Amino acid sequence: MQTKAGQKIYSKITQITKATCSLQASGVGYEEMAMVHGRLAQVVKIVGDRVTLQVFSGTEGIPTNAEVVFLGHPPMVKVGEELAGRFFDAYGKPIDGKPEINGEEREIGGPSVNPVRRKQPSELIATGIAGIDLNNTLVTGQKIPFFADPDQPYNQVMAMVAMRAKADRIILGGMGLSNDDYLFFKSVFENAGALDRIIAFVNTTENPPVERLLVPQTALTAAEYFAVDRNEKVLVLLTDMTLYCDALSIVSNRMDQIPSKDSMPGALYSDLASIYEKAVQFPSGGSITIIAVTTLSGGDITHAIPDNTGYITEGQLFLRRDTDIGKVIVDPFRSLSRLKQLVIGKKTRVDHPQVMNAAVRLYADAANARTKMENGFDLSDYDERTLRFAKEYSNSLLAIDVNVDVDTMLDTGWKLFSRHFTQAEVGIKQELMQKFWPAESREG
Amino acid sequence: MATTGKVAGIIANLVMVEVDGPVSQNEICYIDVGGTKLMSETIKIVGNTAYVQVFESTRRMRAGNPVEFAGHMLEVTLGPGILSRNYDGLQNDLDKMEQVFLQRGEYTYPLDENKKWDFVPIAKAGERVSAGSWLGEVKENWIGHKIMVPFAFEGEYSIKSVAAAGSYGIHDTIAVLTDAKGQERTVTMVQKWPVKLAVRAYKEKKRPFKIMETGTRTIDTLNPIAEGGTGFIPGPFGCGKTVLQHSLAKFAEADMIIVAACGERANEVVEIFTEFPELDDPRTGRKLMERTTIICNTSNMPVAAREASVYTAMTIAEYYRAMGLRILLLADSTSRWAQALREMSNRLEELPGPDAFPMDLSAIVANFYARAGYVILNNDQPASITFIGTVSPAGGNLKEPVTESTKKAARCFYALAQPRADSKRYPAIDPIDSYSKYLEYDEVQKYLNEKIHPEWVPNVYLSKDILLRGREAFEQINILGDDGVPIEYHERYWKSEIIDFVILQQDGFDKIDQSTPIERQRFMLDRVLGICKSSFKFDSFEEVNPYFKRIINTFKQMNYSEFNSDKFKALDADLGKILAEREVVHAN
Ligand SMILES: Nc1ncnc2c1ncn2[C@@H]1O[C@H](COP(=O)(O)OP(=O)(O)OP(=O)(O)O)[C@@H](O)[C@H]1O
Ligand SMILES: [Mg+2]
Repeated sequence: MQTKAGQKIYSKITQITKATCSLQASGVGYEEMAMVHGRLAQVVKIVGDRVTLQVFSGTEGIPTNAEVVFLGHPPMVKVGEELAGRFFDAYGKPIDGKPEINGEEREIGGPSVNPVRRKQPSELIATGIAGIDLNNTLVTGQKIPFFADPDQPYNQVMAMVAMRAKADRIILGGMGLSNDDYLFFKSVFENAGALDRIIAFVNTTENPPVERLLVPQTALTAAEYFAVDRNEKVLVLLTDMTLYCDALSIVSNRMDQIPSKDSMPGALYSDLASIYEKAVQFPSGGSITIIAVTTLSGGDITHAIPDNTGYITEGQLFLRRDTDIGKVIVDPFRSLSRLKQLVIGKKTRVDHPQVMNAAVRLYADAANARTKMENGFDLSDYDERTLRFAKEYSNSLLAIDVNVDVDTMLDTGWKLFSRHFTQAEVGIKQELMQKFWPAESREG
Repeated sequence: MATTGKVAGIIANLVMVEVDGPVSQNEICYIDVGGTKLMSETIKIVGNTAYVQVFESTRRMRAGNPVEFAGHMLEVTLGPGILSRNYDGLQNDLDKMEQVFLQRGEYTYPLDENKKWDFVPIAKAGERVSAGSWLGEVKENWIGHKIMVPFAFEGEYSIKSVAAAGSYGIHDTIAVLTDAKGQERTVTMVQKWPVKLAVRAYKEKKRPFKIMETGTRTIDTLNPIAEGGTGFIPGPFGCGKTVLQHSLAKFAEADMIIVAACGERANEVVEIFTEFPELDDPRTGRKLMERTTIICNTSNMPVAAREASVYTAMTIAEYYRAMGLRILLLADSTSRWAQALREMSNRLEELPGPDAFPMDLSAIVANFYARAGYVILNNDQPASITFIGTVSPAGGNLKEPVTESTKKAARCFYALAQPRADSKRYPAIDPIDSYSKYLEYDEVQKYLNEKIHPEWVPNVYLSKDILLRGREAFEQINILGDDGVPIEYHERYWKSEIIDFVILQQDGFDKIDQSTPIERQRFMLDRVLGICKSSFKFDSFEEVNPYFKRIINTFKQMNYSEFNSDKFKALDADLGKILAEREVVHAN
């Protein structure tokens, strides 16, 4: 061992596996960073003087006499105003051809906010998309993923939501992003003239998968800087969290951990929670909102990744293609925003909760009618009406190309109710019926 | 001299410590990482190596870091001032932590050491006492908080002196006791107790016989929970476990509510912090927060403290039960605790059981549920802990180990069904799969029939039958088609829908509908069953759906109206008219 500028240097590795290497070393801190043969690594296990390092970009070609330098600190990221408009890799190194930034170095994956220092979220995020604003209203400080099959346009919808949300700062955490999608986000941000509000930490498909494990916490440490130190409203976009989880399972399998369901590590829940729970509303006005993408395989939400995600996040937005209208919709059955009740009918018109629920209930009746039809049965008059309603509802409210304000969404809802149903069939509180039921309807 | 040691190995929050003296299983120790002392618990000992789980992040910890053992297990501090407080899983007072972010190694005292309490003696010098005996009382919010002989005092004592009525701090001497050998021991308002051990300061545990009213109709009417009973709520994510528990916390008939938020979302706890101080307790008119204590270890807080959090909550519940109170303990979600056990068991490389959970999971869960119960204290006062936990089954599959283990331990099963939640039929408790074992108890049936109505229990069973037959009719209609079945099938289905829409479904966010007193539940069930028992005249199946929808709609407006208000009565009269349109009157 020799020392160089306070750093300890070793050159005798005793064991190498696909993901890790081990050596004799002393005075090393848990989770400390190191360079192994010029590659970044992190301490994942210490037993006596034997230290095991996880090498992020893989151990291919590392010799037993490789130089190992311990850096004396856990993973860090530089934060500051200079981050604005910049694109970085998973380690925080610029990938936009511009120089390194100066800034304060902060540990990533720091402690959690004291729950009593949080504020209850109450600020609505308007997106113009009725499938979101009407049925699954978003609130600052919320954490919510899109659940979508890989063929759904989730990145486009997420980018659209980000551009319309009135955030002070948008931080993109890209994991396993295809180069095309990376360029897509870049051009969306540039075209919207929003570049000064954007920061991106990106791991593309061309980078080693394990590196992406650093992306969410790096992005969130930057988010905490803007939300806490500068009281800004920060929106964090994480895509694709399924690829993040896949990297977790690669590591845990290589380290011989006992896998639990779907070969995911047993600590998947805690790991994802440490990311998503960074979403927060502070009393000072600063906030972190997380919108993520979890891609599904064949719509299966019982798989361990969407399942654990659903147990952590405050709802999910489910994208699906509605073949009746040939458009992508936000599925009202499987989507949910759990924070919507903090704002609907309070920050929005009083009829919002009931219109939302009645419409979804009638849409469910239409789904039953469709099943009946598919089974070859005659449809009742009511069934026929629900089907007509469903098509118009889907087209004018659920489709992701809708862009109107919440009052217009509610008015549209009432119009559809009165066009197809009686008041009794809609079943909304009498006071609201009297106030909002359109005059020129079947049952005045 | 206290045992010390040095860190020998670190794998996440499992740390191996080489020790220089005796260590006990579950003993607490503190690991010094650069001057910050991290609390840990011994979970396994092999030779000179103690395996400890650290209740904090182990970042920057090094081999060789010094460790001090504390000589006791994980314990809670019990005394006046617990009510209305917000604790973490280790009973640190969160409000005393000034910073925005939780600081590793910061531990705060759970009680207020400066506050003076007005003490009134209950016991007199010369009386014989034992652990849990009431020596005096202070007013904590509105509860008469008993100052007791500490639970750790074994055997009998005689009281040498009790403090006179007056104002005292928690550490002042309240009584002096003499044991059989003539040794004197002083008692203050504070005592400590190890959380993993059950408090046994009572005479007997009885079979529950009373119902705990919750205000949630699908529970109270269909599957009531007994005071001192146990129940659990399994359900896939987003089906309403937390909303239901919050509703129980708001409206259940209990003297004190302890909410253990175990490995769930911080925003859900913030909701309680924010809303409970503003909301009125419908029974006492006081603020809900006055009867509530929160133990929170949210999902991003250290994993090892999740297990501690449920035990901390239960021990606090036992302490207040010993004062003769009715406690409702809610834990959301016990699956997160089981997962924490699994993470640790895997790190210890123990032989895994099903789904890699520890082999003894069932026993751990059963032991925990067994700490609830309806007890008769040594002074013959009744007291109870009712415990309701939630379970978050992986993939929504109720055949997984945590659900199965809990099913063996809990007496009420409130299964939340995804299809009900999807169609917004809240609370999404499946009326057919769910059950309450207490409904079968003779003493519970007797209690219900006496308290509510002589025919209550038979009517509850009748409602269950109607729901079941309704579901069967619905399936037949789906198989054979609307006109492929007799009209009567439609009627049967729609009668079950009335029970569903009017009794089972309840709007958790409506001021009136969110909680229904039992008297009103009796009225509504009576009305609904009246309709279910009647026959109606229909010429075609097409008439059935719109007719029953009108009935249901009128009922729903009733549910939204003040009980017995003019509006309520007017709607009831409307209902009578709708029924008269088609009801077949039998001459008998
Ligand atoms: N009684 C109810 N009335 C109206 N809405 C409800 C009711 N119960 C649940 N919901 C809706 O369902 C959402 C999810 O409920 P909740 O948070 O209780 O689910 P959960 O079962 O605890 O999920 P998780 O396991 O992920 O914590 C709520 O945010 C609310 O929108
Ligand atoms: Mg919940």
